[in-house]
Amino acid sequence: MDTDTARIDELISREYAHGFVTDIEADSVPPGLSEDVIRLISAKKNEPPFMLEWRLDAYRHWLTMREPDWSSIGHPPIDYQDIVYYSAPKAKKEGPKSLDEVDPELLRVYEKLGVPLKEREALAGVAVDAVFDSVSVGTTFKTRLAELGIIFCSFSEAVQEHPELVRQYLGSVVPRGDNFFAALNSAVFTDGSFCYIPKGVRCPMELSTYFRINAKDSGQFERTLIIADEGAYVSYLEGCTAPMRDENQLHAAVVELVALECAHIKYSTVQNWYPGDRDGKGGIYNFVTKRGDCRGAHSHIAWTQVETGSAITWKYPSCILRGDHSVGTFHSVALTNHRQQADTGTKMIHIGRDTKSTIVSKGISAGRGSNAYRGLVKVLKTAEGARNYTQCDSLLVGDRCAAHTFPYIEVRNPTAKVEHEASTSRIGEEQLFYCRQRGLSAEDAVSMIVSGFCKEVFKELPMEFAVEAQKLLGVSLEGSVG
Amino acid sequence: MQPILEIRGLEASVDDKPILRGIDLTVNPGEIHAIMGPNGSGKSTLAQVLAGRETFTVTAGHVRYLGADLLARAPEERARDGVFLAFQYPVEIAGVSNVYLLKAALNAARRHRGEPELDAMDFLALVRSKLKSMEMPDDLLYRSVNEGFSGGEKKRNEILQMALLEPRLAILDEADSGLDIDALQVVARGINALRAPERAMIVVTHYQRLLDYVVPDYVHVLSQGRIVRSGGKELAFELEARGYGWIDDAVPAAAGAR
Ligand SMILES: Nc1ncnc2c1ncn2[C@@H]1O[C@H](COP(=O)(O)OP(=O)(O)OP(=O)(O)O)[C@@H](O)[C@H]1O
Ligand SMILES: [Mg+2]
Repeated sequence: MDTDTARIDELISREYAHGFVTDIEADSVPPGLSEDVIRLISAKKNEPPFMLEWRLDAYRHWLTMREPDWSSIGHPPIDYQDIVYYSAPKAKKEGPKSLDEVDPELLRVYEKLGVPLKEREALAGVAVDAVFDSVSVGTTFKTRLAELGIIFCSFSEAVQEHPELVRQYLGSVVPRGDNFFAALNSAVFTDGSFCYIPKGVRCPMELSTYFRINAKDSGQFERTLIIADEGAYVSYLEGCTAPMRDENQLHAAVVELVALECAHIKYSTVQNWYPGDRDGKGGIYNFVTKRGDCRGAHSHIAWTQVETGSAITWKYPSCILRGDHSVGTFHSVALTNHRQQADTGTKMIHIGRDTKSTIVSKGISAGRGSNAYRGLVKVLKTAEGARNYTQCDSLLVGDRCAAHTFPYIEVRNPTAKVEHEASTSRIGEEQLFYCRQRGLSAEDAVSMIVSGFCKEVFKELPMEFAVEAQKLLGVSLEGSVG
Repeated sequence: MQPILEIRGLEASVDDKPILRGIDLTVNPGEIHAIMGPNGSGKSTLAQVLAGRETFTVTAGHVRYLGADLLARAPEERARDGVFLAFQYPVEIAGVSNVYLLKAALNAARRHRGEPELDAMDFLALVRSKLKSMEMPDDLLYRSVNEGFSGGEKKRNEILQMALLEPRLAILDEADSGLDIDALQVVARGINALRAPERAMIVVTHYQRLLDYVVPDYVHVLSQGRIVRSGGKELAFELEARGYGWIDDAVPAAAGAR
């Protein structure tokens, strides 16, 4: 083992001496992070020099930073030197050989969600010979988009094919050194999605990572960049309602959205990563930075999210309302059951005149779950006539769970109007009994009451997504009553 | 003829505090039993124990419904099997439309009986006709369950649910309280429409006026957790005229309760 490590080290430094070209045999580097590893990643991906510089800069920044400890979540320390930061596209043979080898619990969930058999295999990481349907769907898709001048591809591809766009926009919303996890992501991200909608184009279909098969293995440090040029519109769906089998415990993604004048971006997420077992063992830690920049006047960015997965979620999709009359909206459902922890919310930064933001947050805690809403509404001096409306509701299922609300409001312009409403309710024994007296099982009753609670958020989701999200809540709440 | 309901020696308590202290009651198909009695005497408790509310612990006695043990079953099983409780205080459920709950309830019962679920069109046609008979506006279907309903609307909504679910045993807990005169008649008509030879009802009320419209076969007076008096519909008039004071609490129910 030690000699192996030594040999690889040697190999890396030799490569470095050679100016980093080709013929590296190893498909993955040993665990740990260093400038050499970053150079290796960049070289492996054949990136232009500006990308390498960008990564190194982020890394140097990261070294000076400390993991945030202000959120209300707790987890065992993460050893950043114990993570493998680069491995070539995963050899499929690593996964289970057939569905028989897959955790039956996971399969039961797929079945409940109605995921087709072929897709179950792919999601569970089974080596599937015949690549499943979405590849062909993906290609027909791509030609149609290309006709409109829409670029929708993997991030790696964008770096190769559209370096000028990447260079112009990458990090323009979430700077390299923005926060600990964003800096780490900037240094080591391996792939993700890229999307550009040209001036005046209305993207005719929902763009979904689901159809972009080559993003399937983009790993734990994913990078997404979406640009809507003047007057463009796009609705983007992230995620999948079926839990992904994933060995990576730490996920630190970055999503950047740029909306130019009169552009409208709708970004919807239904996220259901493995939350761990009842005791919280084996779940994913999700530390993601999502931010949208309403750069042009009258632009609009809308975040909608339904979160039921992960052991730990730390996530604050935000909007910078720079353009005059720009609008930011945030609709969120976060559910925690068993021992899950979620610390989510949003930031709305009002810079331009007459900017408007709306926040609707619905937190559901069941079992021993803990759910925190953390929101910042900041109105700068320049934001004449800014308005914000925040509604923050918590629903408790049972009496061992917790909900917390931390609204921060900073207003520097006296013409601004900021409203905040908050409520906490418990699914009462009375409500449950009423529904059961009408013939519903306790579980159906809980999921019906929860869906009712989330209605305002669900109606922001594209139709099929909303249906799936509803089913998902039902599955995620299993075992929370009785 | 098999009774719909046989209650024998039923005792129930909450937090070790006895509330029902030995109830005996037999209800046959086609009968309407009115239960009256002072506030806090245990009328709602009896209704809820029959429906399976877990807040109350049954400490003695047994209950048979259509010949089978009722108390051993979960509330939803009792409901699907035809036991319906119209609540004294119907709860509000935010964001869940009334029509959604109605459909879920009806289909749960149909599944249980091995009947196919009604599709959206058939269901809507059915529920609209019931709605009409309760003189309720369509929009109440799409509002959240009981949320912002007036007292009278809540009561009508309970009867609407009963009309849709067509239970074998309906227990109506103060279906008449808080109703104006017109609404009282609508509710009474709703109840009478469901009177049928195979169905039985237990009607809890404080007032004779409901019983003017829904004429009971028997009237029972509950006091401190016991049935202390039973009689025909005349008993209600007597209570209306004289109050409860003349009934001696210490005297257990007459044989009429059997
Ligand atoms: N959950 C509970 N916890 C404690 N005491 C209870 C509970 N439910 C009922 N009780 C008590 O049991 C007794 C009977 O209550 P119940 O509601 O059955 O009376 P009721 O006859 O329906 O009265 P009303 O005519 O006012 O509706 C009352 O003293 C009441 O305070
Ligand atoms: Mg009562």
